Amino acid sequence: MGNYLFTQPFFKKNGKAVAIYFLVAIVFWFVFLVIIPQLYMLDLSFRSNVPPLARGGPQDYYTLEHYQHFVFGSKTSLDAFNFVDLGVFGRTILVSIMVTIANLLFCYPIAFYIAKIANPSTARLLIVSLIIPFWINELLRSFALRILFANEGVINNFLTGIGVIDQSILFITYDIGLYTGLVYAYILLMMFPLYNAIESLDVNQIEAAKDLGSSSLRTHWRIVIPHAKPGIVSGCTMVFMLTVGALATPVVLSSPNTLWFPQLIYQWFNMNDNWSRGSAYSIILLIISVIFVLAMMRIFKVKIGEIIK
Amino acid sequence: MSADVELNNVSVTFGSFYAAKSVNVKINGGEFFSFLGPSGCGKTTLLRAISGFQDPSEGSVLIDNKDMSGIGPNKRPTSLIFQNLALFPLMSVSENIAFSLEVRGVSKGDRQKRADELLELIALEGQGEKKVHQLSGGQKQRVAIARALAVEPKVLLLDEPLSALDLKLRQRMRTELREIQKRVNITFIYITHDQGEALTMSDRIAVMNEGEIEQIGPCDEVYNNPLTPFVATFVGENNPLFGKVKEINQNKIKIETPDGDFVSTMNENNKLNIGDDAIAFVRPESLFMPRDGDSFDNLIDVNIESFEFEGNIKNFYATLKSGTKIKFSIPNAIDTSSISSGTKLQLGFESTKSSILPKAQLAID
Repeated sequence: MGNYLFTQPFFKKNGKAVAIYFLVAIVFWFVFLVIIPQLYMLDLSFRSNVPPLARGGPQDYYTLEHYQHFVFGSKTSLDAFNFVDLGVFGRTILVSIMVTIANLLFCYPIAFYIAKIANPSTARLLIVSLIIPFWINELLRSFALRILFANEGVINNFLTGIGVIDQSILFITYDIGLYTGLVYAYILLMMFPLYNAIESLDVNQIEAAKDLGSSSLRTHWRIVIPHAKPGIVSGCTMVFMLTVGALATPVVLSSPNTLWFPQLIYQWFNMNDNWSRGSAYSIILLIISVIFVLAMMRIFKVKIGEIIK
Repeated sequence: MSADVELNNVSVTFGSFYAAKSVNVKINGGEFFSFLGPSGCGKTTLLRAISGFQDPSEGSVLIDNKDMSGIGPNKRPTSLIFQNLALFPLMSVSENIAFSLEVRGVSKGDRQKRADELLELIALEGQGEKKVHQLSGGQKQRVAIARALAVEPKVLLLDEPLSALDLKLRQRMRTELREIQKRVNITFIYITHDQGEALTMSDRIAVMNEGEIEQIGPCDEVYNNPLTPFVATFVGENNPLFGKVKEINQNKIKIETPDGDFVSTMNENNKLNIGDDAIAFVRPESLFMPRDGDSFDNLIDVNIESFEFEGNIKNFYATLKSGTKIKFSIPNAIDTSSISSGTKLQLGFESTKSSILPKAQLAID
């Protein structure tokens, strides 16, 4: 068996040691980091919530109660539906879509500028400026924004100081801080796919369109954006997934009255000690992400291979 | 509808580098005009100045007697065909062709009609639905021409569009381009480093070197009466014979070289004086082996070194007394079996087929 394996082209091509190393790394990643945790969570989400010691006992049975709870709420509730959780869920998705769109609108001109207009040294400087803030942890970046947006924060103090406003603007209460933080948190994941896609466009294409009478706006619409489509879809799916699953930024920046869906999941896992329900809520989030990716592929008519590129 | 294009003292600088220097040229409406020069001579810069992608640092570009300064490429009555064609890969052939109409808000039906007309012009009827990558090199070429013509420009600018094609196709496209130009009857301005292309297609050419125009004229005039050593050696092949001016009388000029004295007719703006350093140029095809009864203005003794067979002609490489190397060509139809390496010969050439010019930079070596 060993002999048979080692005569395979893969082993011949890479050498025995390297081939084994590759194989172990790939198998470990795929089995232990992808398959098992997801299956375990899926399994857990359909089980009753019991302490670890009672697992496998009579109280441990398969049930839909966690999913039912998400939709209809607790059995003792008087409401027909679980308006609170559904509301948080809906709002999280809606805001995430908005954040993704805002991110795209914000990144497109910058990516285009760096890729096609700026001279090489300016482009390098801008890319470095984009990256450096991300050397700092997401949590700390959120706190920095909190300091900027607080009622007695830098922005309010500045604006009242110069007399533009006489009362603090409630950035945190109205979640302006949260939206800003979420847009900024994953900006690189939008920027780089976009930049790569636009960068690969032959500049003659842009000039040809212009020469044929096209306005700048139309050239973007008909030439640049269609070319950058895989980058746009790739950036949008990544930003959406990470935004919809964000925890640190909402914890620090959301107003006390609003919850982000991952905060709910966090509560089930850590505060209510209900891993099964937490798993069910996680699965729901996963499904939404998959639906989003499929929808983007459908809308923009791109294949999964193009996005990953 | 064609338009005159006039470059008035146009200079384009990048820092302290002159990509084009005080260029003056008037291109007539309906003319097929070529800028010919080696790469880096500034011909593409001029084309970009005409199309509006590059503002002249000095001087002005006039199209139809209208100053174009401040008018962008999308507002000029010119169309540019790019070296790599720059067809839009995500659009169909028809969409490519009709793009200029689309941006002008022409209705879909009218666009399709115009695209079909142009597809017929370029002999690609019924292929409008194809994607660009499904076409062959020559077909892409023709689609690029059709796309540029769709908006009915007054001037078509072509930036070495044939350079990516193989030899046969390139030769066929020369004829096609010329025919299309006659049919649409607009001004064509063509950029090339290939003198064969320039000579076969153009009404007039401008030979450029280091940002400046060396000579403007009809093809045969530039070929037969080059005004500078650069033009003499860049357009076609030429043998330079270095020497000093010995005699000037009426319309003849005589040069003394280590290999003998040679006479040539003088061109009208000759600035040579007796004793000046000069070069006599004679083309390989203007050197003949005298036969009985032939008399030539100039005779030259050569020692054959080697020869090569090119098909229609045979090229002979020989050295002169002084060691100077020259090349001459003899039509294949003439029997040359008596000539081999080491043969000593006397060749002759007419004074009307030679030029004597002031010593200056050559295009070769």
